Amino acid sequence: MSIKPTLETPGLMANTVNEGPVSGVMTALTAAATFLAIFSVILFLGFLLFIGGSWLLEAQTVITAGGVEERYNWQVLFSGESELSVTGGIFPAIVGTVVVTLLMAVIVAPLGIVVAVYLTEYASDGWSTQLLRIGVQNLAAIPSIIYGVFGLAFFVYVIGGRVDALFFESNLPDPTFGAPGLLWASLTLAILTLPTVIVATEEGLSRLPATLREGSRALGATRVETVLYVVIPAATPSILTGVILAVARAAGEVAPLMLVGVVKYAPSLPIGLEAPFIHLEQKFMHLGFFVYDLTMHAPAGDGRLGIVAAAGLLLVAVIVTLNIVALLLRMSLRRRYVQTGLD
Amino acid sequence: MDHREALIAASSHRVRQGGYAPGIEVNGLSLTYPDEPNALVDINLSIPGGEVTAVIGPSGCGKSTLLRCFNRMNDMLEGCRYSGSIMLHDLNILDPATDVTALRRRVGMVFQRPNPFPMSIYDNVAYGPRIGGVRRRRDLDEIVENSLRLAALWDEVKDGLGRNAAILSLGQQQRLVIARAIAVRPEVLLMDEPASSLDPISTLRIEELIYELKQSYTIVIVTHNMQQAARVSDRTAFLNQGQVIEYDVTDKIFTNPSEPATEDYITGRYG
Repeated sequence: MSIKPTLETPGLMANTVNEGPVSGVMTALTAAATFLAIFSVILFLGFLLFIGGSWLLEAQTVITAGGVEERYNWQVLFSGESELSVTGGIFPAIVGTVVVTLLMAVIVAPLGIVVAVYLTEYASDGWSTQLLRIGVQNLAAIPSIIYGVFGLAFFVYVIGGRVDALFFESNLPDPTFGAPGLLWASLTLAILTLPTVIVATEEGLSRLPATLREGSRALGATRVETVLYVVIPAATPSILTGVILAVARAAGEVAPLMLVGVVKYAPSLPIGLEAPFIHLEQKFMHLGFFVYDLTMHAPAGDGRLGIVAAAGLLLVAVIVTLNIVALLLRMSLRRRYVQTGLD
Repeated sequence: MDHREALIAASSHRVRQGGYAPGIEVNGLSLTYPDEPNALVDINLSIPGGEVTAVIGPSGCGKSTLLRCFNRMNDMLEGCRYSGSIMLHDLNILDPATDVTALRRRVGMVFQRPNPFPMSIYDNVAYGPRIGGVRRRRDLDEIVENSLRLAALWDEVKDGLGRNAAILSLGQQQRLVIARAIAVRPEVLLMDEPASSLDPISTLRIEELIYELKQSYTIVIVTHNMQQAARVSDRTAFLNQGQVIEYDVTDKIFTNPSEPATEDYITGRYG
């Protein structure tokens, strides 16, 4: 479109052209920062893909029952043969990571929603609510290992000890739930990610227009009915955003898990095809710990960095997959709960 | 007859024959907010059943506040205090013992901006009846169809009741929330500037709808549009600074008002 000589044109020109030298420097700085950020991400992913990927595609000689064979490293990694045999391969670690993360999500979502609903819909806007809100937000700043210590002290020893004394007395002194395990690990991760879910849900709830709630109340709905049937469904995309962030954070945590349930080698998977399908008291393997353990203890040599990068690559792949699933879920819900003429 | 049967019966009867639409008697109503001690001052109004009563007045005169007294929506505001009485037939609306949810089923409300819930057209209309305990699909279907027909929206949406309400135009959304309000078969319909966010054609449709609805409902409409008040209402109350300045038959208010303040307002000298 050509610029017509209207009254507006001088102002328009001043906005787009005569911004002065400071503006030019700012533009250059922000562009440089953006480039640096993208570059470092590419460098990081490139490192994982190149080192880890090429290691996975290399072949090595393996001694099996049938004699000496050539195997690709990825086959070795998954089958658990060769020097990795003691760890049972990487597959149980992938399963462990997915199971503990999903269980965490199932626990943290309702908990976070309830707290956020209380804060936005019920609590009066006094200083105590503000204090609670600030407290919740600052929980996110506590180092994750502290959550691990808390999980071990509170969940494993206090709660787990009680559960054992009440329900599994016959097994004592061997602990059932009184030792680190899947349930306690999931709960610890849930506490760790609770602030994330609360903050995202609260944001979603407070963005909903008051007229939505009034519309429901004016039809004779109680506050509870309004929250259950109108407010929470309308805030579902925000809630899922919180859960996505929680999953992303939890799947990458290793430190707290080392205290509450992760082991280098677990003899069986925490899930199975027979009842009870999930073994909440069992210790489990985890990709993050797998990476840590390999870094510290893999046989020294050329392959060491390669196998660590390969495990890291798989961990990133698992997290990305979990996030994509959650994103797809949110997208389909967004389509259902589009905001309606209320902006 | 239980509640559900009553709803169904009402939905088929009243739609065609016109039902019981009680009047509202406001006596000595005063209302204060913490930062607005004279929000409403000694309001006395006798609103007849089965008619449209318009409440006009400048911004901040208390007309929306008055409307929200009729279904106790002001209860949701902290620090709001009121005195006096509002009688709906033999029910004192302002009595603390009054069941507010039951009251709101008798006194429905339509808001300034369309506020459909983020769900399907069908679920929007069925929301009130479901909350009220109607569960059978056949009953709900009937209520939804009757309500949408009465709100003059049925022909436009009947082929896509499962679609999200968000896809409707603003004017259609406003008729949808009217359908949603009448789905619980109230006796009174409160409208808070129901056309202020709509284009002229949608506004006209809403006004036609109000004319249709007054056969079955007592309607109280707040508007800042004087022509609209003149077109749709039988009676008009002029409010200023929380007080009723004049309340009379609409024709009289607009052609020969008794109070100079009313005349100043409707001729546009202020407000």
